[in-house]
Order: sequence, then C-alpha cells, then structure tokens
Amino acid sequence: MHVPRFWREIPNRYTLIGTKCGHCEKIFFPPRAICPNCRRVGHLEPFKLSGRGRVYSFTTVYAGPRDFKDQIPYVLAIIELEEGPRVMAQITDCNGEEVKIGDEVEMVFRKIKEEGEEGIIYYGFKARLVRKKEASDPSGKG
Amino acid sequence: MRRVAIVGVGQTRFGELWDTSFRQMIIEAGTRALEDAGISGEEIDAIYVGNMSAGQFIQQEHIASLIADYSGLAPVPCTRVEAACASGGLALREAMIAVASGIHDVVVAAGIEKMTDVITEAGQEALATVSDQEWEAFMGATFPSLFALMARRHMYEFGTTEEQMALVAVKNHHNACLNAYAQHHVELTVERVLQSPVVSSPLKMLECASITDGAACLVLVPLEEARKYTDTPVEIAGSGQASDTIALADRESLVSLKATREAAKRAYRMARIEPKQVDLAEVHDSTTISEIIAVEDLGFCEKGEGGKITEEGITAIDGSLPINPGGGLEGRGHPIGATGIAQAVEIVLQLRGEAGKRQVKKAEVGLTHNVGGSGGTAVVHIFRRR
Repeated sequence: MHVPRFWREIPNRYTLIGTKCGHCEKIFFPPRAICPNCRRVGHLEPFKLSGRGRVYSFTTVYAGPRDFKDQIPYVLAIIELEEGPRVMAQITDCNGEEVKIGDEVEMVFRKIKEEGEEGIIYYGFKARLVRKKEASDPSGKG
Repeated sequence: MRRVAIVGVGQTRFGELWDTSFRQMIIEAGTRALEDAGISGEEIDAIYVGNMSAGQFIQQEHIASLIADYSGLAPVPCTRVEAACASGGLALREAMIAVASGIHDVVVAAGIEKMTDVITEAGQEALATVSDQEWEAFMGATFPSLFALMARRHMYEFGTTEEQMALVAVKNHHNACLNAYAQHHVELTVERVLQSPVVSSPLKMLECASITDGAACLVLVPLEEARKYTDTPVEIAGSGQASDTIALADRESLVSLKATREAAKRAYRMARIEPKQVDLAEVHDSTTISEIIAVEDLGFCEKGEGGKITEEGITAIDGSLPINPGGGLEGRGHPIGATGIAQAVEIVLQLRGEAGKRQVKKAEVGLTHNVGGSGGTAVVHIFRRR
C-alpha cells in the first residue's frame, strides 16, 4: 500500500472516527460519504466511536499473507461496537482458544504490519479482551 | 426480449496445468464448445469472458483482445467481465442479455483463470483482494478466514457441526471422482477432512477450494433457432444478479448471503418456478460452509438446516436434491473466472443426459449459483431442458 493511501485513512485507523447520518442516526465505520438508508436526504458527519464492543465471530488464521507471516497464528474477529457498527479487527494479546462469541473487548492502538526493513509501518486498531479481575486480587495489581 | 438457449459446451481439464498457457487453455475450451455446437468461428457475433485477475496471476491485462486475437476471431468484439469469483456467472449473464436483446445472435460465454504461474503465497494474496483491501485484507483477512468467520457464527446460531461441514467435502470429492475434467480424484472420509491442517479455524485445508487452472466455454443462441444447432438445447430460463456490501462486517448477517437470496428471487421470478421445482444445482462451495449457507439461501431447506440435509444424504447424487454433482469448487477445482461457466457446463450435460456415471436421475430443471468474494456479488441461473 502506498503512503498516501494509508495516510488519508489515519483519522479512522488511529482514532476510530466513523460517520453518523443526521437523518436516520445510523453510525458507520469505516466512514461513508453516502448513507445507504437515506442516500441523498442523508447527512453524514464525523463520529468518534468509544472502542468498546463484543466479539461477534472469530477465527484463528494459520495460513496468512507474507506481510503477516511473523504473526501467525493470529486471531481475526468481527467486533460489534456498542454504537452499532461491526468492524473487522485482530484480537491481540490472546490465543484463539480463550475467545468466545459475546466476549467483551476494547479497541487498542497497535502496529498492524510493516513493509520490510525500509518500508513504512502501518498502525491501526486491534481488539483486546476485557479480562475480569481475579477475585483473589481485587486491587488488580498482582 | 428473446429467450436464450445453450447449444454448445466445452472445458479444459481443471488442475495444475503447468504445461499449458492461458491462451492455450481458452482455445482448447472454446474449440470444444464450438465443435459441440457444430458451428464455425465466422458465425460468432461476440464473446464475453469472465476472468478475475489475469493482472495479478499472469501479469497480463487486456485479455479480451488477447482471446479474440489468439482464437483467430478478431474483429469479433470480446468483453472481459470481473466480479471476483462470480466473474464467470456474470459473463454468462452478460452473454445472455446480449442475445436476449437482439443485439447479437451467436455469443460465446467464457471463463478462465490461470493461477499456478505464481507462487502459492502470491496466489493467496491475489485472492485476498476480493475482500475490502483497506478494512479487511489490511487487518490480515485471507479468503478462507472470511468464510471461517461465517462458519463460526453458523455453528453458534444453529449448532452446525464440523462433521456436517466435512461431509460436504466428502460428497463433493466423491462426485469429482466421477468427473474426468475435475482436479481432485480422491475419495475422502470425514476423519481425513477433520485431520487435515487448519487453515483458518474452524476450516481445514480439505474444506477449502484449491488453486486451479482452467477454462470453460458455452455457446448461446436464441431459443427459437436452437434446434438448427442441436437436438438437445438447454434454455436459460432465469437469470438473477445482486450486490451486497464488499466487507463482511457490514452485512446484516454472517449466516446468510443477502446477495444470494436477492439474485435467487430474481431468477426464480424470471423462470416462474419455486425452489422445490429445481431438480439439481451447482452451488458455490468455495468452502464447505459456503455450500451449507447456499442451500439455505436458495430456498432448498429452512435456514440453519443446511448441515442436516447434507448429513441426511439429500444433497448426494442419488438424493432427492443433488448438489454439486460435478464435484463443486472443492472437487472439480476453482479456477476463479472459469467457475461460473463450468457450473453451467455441468448443468447442461446433466439436463442433456450426458453426465455418465454422475448422471442425476430426474434432471429437467437445474440451477447454478456463483458468488463473488465473501458475498458482495451473487449470480443465479436456472436452466430447463427443451
């Protein structure tokens, strides 16, 4: 992917800014220029998503593209954000066996991949499981 | 609008055709279709060719010109049609529309993909471009992973099992053993499918269509003139096409393809039939779960029961609704752009009663179902013996 192609999506990839239709109030991510429900009467404005959501479906990828080779196996999921839109994202800091549909997640800023030693590094969002604190350690320090 | 019939079919063997080039493949399939229809090249008015990605697979664009040229048919107009894995089905639809409109009389609908001239990883990356490049492939989505996400959700919502999915692969590989043109001639068992390496959980290697080279062609003419060419014309009685979001996450559901439902609705309406009148179908089993979702969306069973009807043998060649008697994408192979045309080749052979050992007993009405990407495009055709 060339630099401009990545650069212009930075607000969305880094800070989860989608769009909201002022007419039907539906929220979209990734952003859309036309509301598919209202079309010309729709009016889309930037909308910042909270990044909280739940796992809608997931898979562990064992055969992946060359850019992702050092991450294999990785967990890829569809996350349903609390504002409504669903997004595709990797689930980070976990192995596939501990994930269940319905698990609570939060979106976090992560490196997605890099173009070799000299190419650019792509950053974006990944989902992280919200782990309930252990009963024996209420302070959460441990 | 004129009614349209298929009077000739031809295809290459599907497989890893190391010694055959792109241009040799299309000529081989085309020559067979023309011989089958008993026509000569001068009679052809136009060609429509489905091809997903010659640019990525053989670094060649402008293949429409290449095909007209190397078939010795220039200046006949040739048009390339692209809709990912539905490119072939869409080429058939465009060819049908051209004949139905009266613009052209004799039209070739072709499909081709040459996938083995690049290394496996490059092939997989080319396939991943059928997804949303910026919001799916960017995150690490692979082609099988999209269907794995659907499979997981189908298992969650309806209790579909890995064994039921494996049975789809077993059935389709069995059917492919009866098809000389198929890529895979190997009988599978549920155990062997389940023990094959996991590609993207819960899908295993033997549940996913493989990388394949192949080409297929059809000859279309107005139905009223079809008997001049053959005693066994097959009418294209219905055709439907629909679009949906390119990205899986944006869909209303992960357990149903709206594009399939909409395309089927249009095709059934045009053919004036109900799903229960279909005798056999070639559906888009790019993975095992794809077939399970397809038979539900096409109205052959209730939603969620696709695994169950597979288990009950209903979709076997000797079942009450044979699905993918030609081996499907899994058994016959899946040369992307050729698949939609190869599905129609199989249905035509079946309706003519020329399918040999895999002949379905009652074959009057057949259906093909071709999906682009994870469901951004679907094309459904209904065929009737005349």
